[in-house]
Amino acid sequence: MFCEKAMELIRELQRSNEGQLPAFNEDGLRQVLQEMESLYEQNQTDVNEAKSDGRSELIPSIKLRHCCLLRNQRCLTAYLYDRLLRIRALRWEYGSVLPANVRFHMCAEEVQWFSQYKKSLASFMRSLGGGEGLDITQDMKPPKSLYIQVRCLKDHGELEIDDGTVILLKKNSQHFLPRWKCEQLIRQGVLEHVMS
Amino acid sequence: MDTQSYLPVKPGVGMEENFLSLDDILLSHERLPIRTECSFPRLGFLEKSSDSHDIPEGTKMELPLWLSKGLYEKKRRVLSVELPKVYREGWRTVFNADPNVVDLHKMGPYYYGLGSQMLHFDSPENPEIAQTLLQTFIGRFRRNMDSSQNAYNEDTSALVERLDCLEKALFSSGQSGLNSFQSWEKGRASQLTASSLVLNYRKRKINDLQP
Repeated sequence: MFCEKAMELIRELQRSNEGQLPAFNEDGLRQVLQEMESLYEQNQTDVNEAKSDGRSELIPSIKLRHCCLLRNQRCLTAYLYDRLLRIRALRWEYGSVLPANVRFHMCAEEVQWFSQYKKSLASFMRSLGGGEGLDITQDMKPPKSLYIQVRCLKDHGELEIDDGTVILLKKNSQHFLPRWKCEQLIRQGVLEHVMS
Repeated sequence: MDTQSYLPVKPGVGMEENFLSLDDILLSHERLPIRTECSFPRLGFLEKSSDSHDIPEGTKMELPLWLSKGLYEKKRRVLSVELPKVYREGWRTVFNADPNVVDLHKMGPYYYGLGSQMLHFDSPENPEIAQTLLQTFIGRFRRNMDSSQNAYNEDTSALVERLDCLEKALFSSGQSGLNSFQSWEKGRASQLTASSLVLNYRKRKINDLQP
């Protein structure tokens, strides 16, 4: 049956739930495009034959192939679009620098798209707040205090805070830090927010 | 419960399909029994049971929903779509008797979605199908909502097992509401947590290391 390859792509995305990004399936994509090409060529010969010899009984077959072409197109568009949604989410969850194992799963065009998205987001955030700029990825939950208690979950090296103090983030050490400084690190799982 | 920044394209409501929704694409891949009403030359290889070059008129075969929908025309008879078993009279009686005992996951898992899509094909039974779908949903909804709001911190696999895809989505949104309410009651709503996406990636990394 036609369009099985395209369905494989969709199933692959559906399987990796919670917005994880599976590796870009370039091979699968190429196979679908090949199938579309051969469908198109078959249709072209049938259309020519139907026109020149007046063989109208070929029309149902042409229509069937045309449906398959449209279906393949839909699957590919959905595949690429859903991946873009996932990549966009990565910007909000990980911050502007992605870990290598995630970046590895993107194709060249997606890497390019990600950096363009980063740029647009950054220039939008700079334009906010009367020329001061505003980081809208911060304070996703309304803050109750400026400083919070955090515990390190792994060695992360040194961290410099606003007043110039350098803090060594060592595994299992606890610190009292400005909230905006550690929010991203908590999201990345380096620090843990300790509630008293 | 933290907010997710990845929001997949929502499936369409009712008879509509959403072009980019992965769920709707999977739904429209469900197979329907059909009968061809004209011949399809040079496509004999699609029908495995015969060796002929064409698909002759009057062949009974199964086609995915998207293809049946694309080929179906009201004016010109290209193919006629038969109802899958679960939407026929016999099963409708079962659903009307007690919708709660039916295992919709086994029947479907897109019982409601496929049922709504069946309404695209002109069939005299359409009003009854629509009515049964609605009554089944209403009949099961109360129990579904009850269990999603009361199963806190337990294994829900037995509760979800027999649900249709639509019901599963409702169940999990009920659960996430319950969880955020509980964390608010414990005063943990303002706690910053690691993103579930990041945590999942880490889990997989550990799995990769263990052979």
